[in-house]
Amino acid sequence: MANKKLSFEQSLERLSEIVKLLERGEAPLNESLKLFDEGTALIAACQQMLDDAEQKVIKLRKGDGGEPEELPFEEE
Amino acid sequence: MERSAVSVTELNNHIKDLLDADFFLSGVMVRGEISNYKLYPSGHHYFTLKDAESSLRCVMFKGNASKLRFTPESGMSVTAVGRVSVYPRDGAYQLYCTELLPLGMGDLHVAFEQLKEKLSKEGLFAPEHKKPLPKFPQTIAVITSSAGAAVRDIIRVLGKRWPMTKVVLLPVRVQGAEAPAEIAGALRYANRYKVGDLIITGRGGGSIEDLWAFNDERVARAIYESEIPVISAVGHEPDVTIADYVADLRAATPSNAAELAVPDVSEIRDGLDACRIRCSQAMGKRLSIAQSRVSDLASRRVMQDPVAYIDQKRQLLDSAANALQTRYERGVDTKKQQFVRLAASLDALSPIKVLSRGYALTTDSGGKAVCSVKDVARGDSISVTLADGRLSCTVDGLCEGSVL
Repeated sequence: MANKKLSFEQSLERLSEIVKLLERGEAPLNESLKLFDEGTALIAACQQMLDDAEQKVIKLRKGDGGEPEELPFEEE
Repeated sequence: MERSAVSVTELNNHIKDLLDADFFLSGVMVRGEISNYKLYPSGHHYFTLKDAESSLRCVMFKGNASKLRFTPESGMSVTAVGRVSVYPRDGAYQLYCTELLPLGMGDLHVAFEQLKEKLSKEGLFAPEHKKPLPKFPQTIAVITSSAGAAVRDIIRVLGKRWPMTKVVLLPVRVQGAEAPAEIAGALRYANRYKVGDLIITGRGGGSIEDLWAFNDERVARAIYESEIPVISAVGHEPDVTIADYVADLRAATPSNAAELAVPDVSEIRDGLDACRIRCSQAMGKRLSIAQSRVSDLASRRVMQDPVAYIDQKRQLLDSAANALQTRYERGVDTKKQQFVRLAASLDALSPIKVLSRGYALTTDSGGKAVCSVKDVARGDSISVTLADGRLSCTVDGLCEGSVL
């Protein structure tokens, strides 16, 4: 099953691995079904990530101690 | 009339006064080729300007030399600006140069070529030093002015193509004397605090002077030293800066930098759709192979009519049992016939049978068969066996030779 902790890139990597395994068709049937379920879940998760994505833009300011402080970015 | 002698100093000072009073010599532009160029530790520059027939000693003091945007070199054709005066200590006149301009090319152009050559020799542009860019950057640090088209273009294109990436702006001045230090500082700061996994630095187009910060050695070195990959995006397509040569990837414009930095969401969606189709097709194929295997097995006769299968096997068993029986019986018959035949042969060979035809078996007193007349002597007792009894006899006479 899809691991919720996978990043988008990791999800895509796992997905292409699953497609390869499925297309090779060597796995036993129940294994193939598991892979198919995992792949379907990964695709759905990736699409969800894309649907939910909202661009975040911030401006960085050097704080008093030198550490970066995040400020909202407004176009000047 | 006695002439009073002047001191060397007085004479030199007199000549110096004459030259200093000359309007033309107080601000002259002179063309020539630099030779014997020397930079002293004091920061003053000394050189000779010459043409085919003459030469002129020149000095450029530290203050003026620090404003040079290129490094003068021997062999370079230049226009020198300054005043001509006397250096009393040596009794020599020289050009006190305030400005030096390369002939033919602008000084910035020369400076650009010089820095490019220097950094190239040091390996700052080496392809093997270029770092790969992350495929899906999590956070992009944008080092540019917070005003202007560049930052807007970058944010717009990033948002359209790949909104999952966070954009962090590190605002800097991108032109003017402070710009190089600010840009270099922001590059180092982004690395120190790992502000992103990709950096875009640049600005919109402008004159060579406007873009000059990106031809600064400090900026070049900061890009080179950055552990985070850097995309440079300076000006418009034909403008190439030193930063472009050092960067891990050069973008033609700020918008182009954003395009190169992230994947296109619609392409990725298409890719996901393609994955779904491939998964379904592969799974469908896998299932139909399994299905046809099952129906293949199910269509076998044993599965269709298991009783008939058993009947068939039973029939086989019957005929095998039959065959066994037949074989056994045939074997017994053969043996019986063999026995009869052998019994007949045995009967034919029986001595009883021979005796019954009138032959006799003669044995000596020891019971040994007498086969020759030589086996016995006259007077020997012999026994003669006939078919139905025995005669006890005594040998009366011997007659050798065949009787038949």
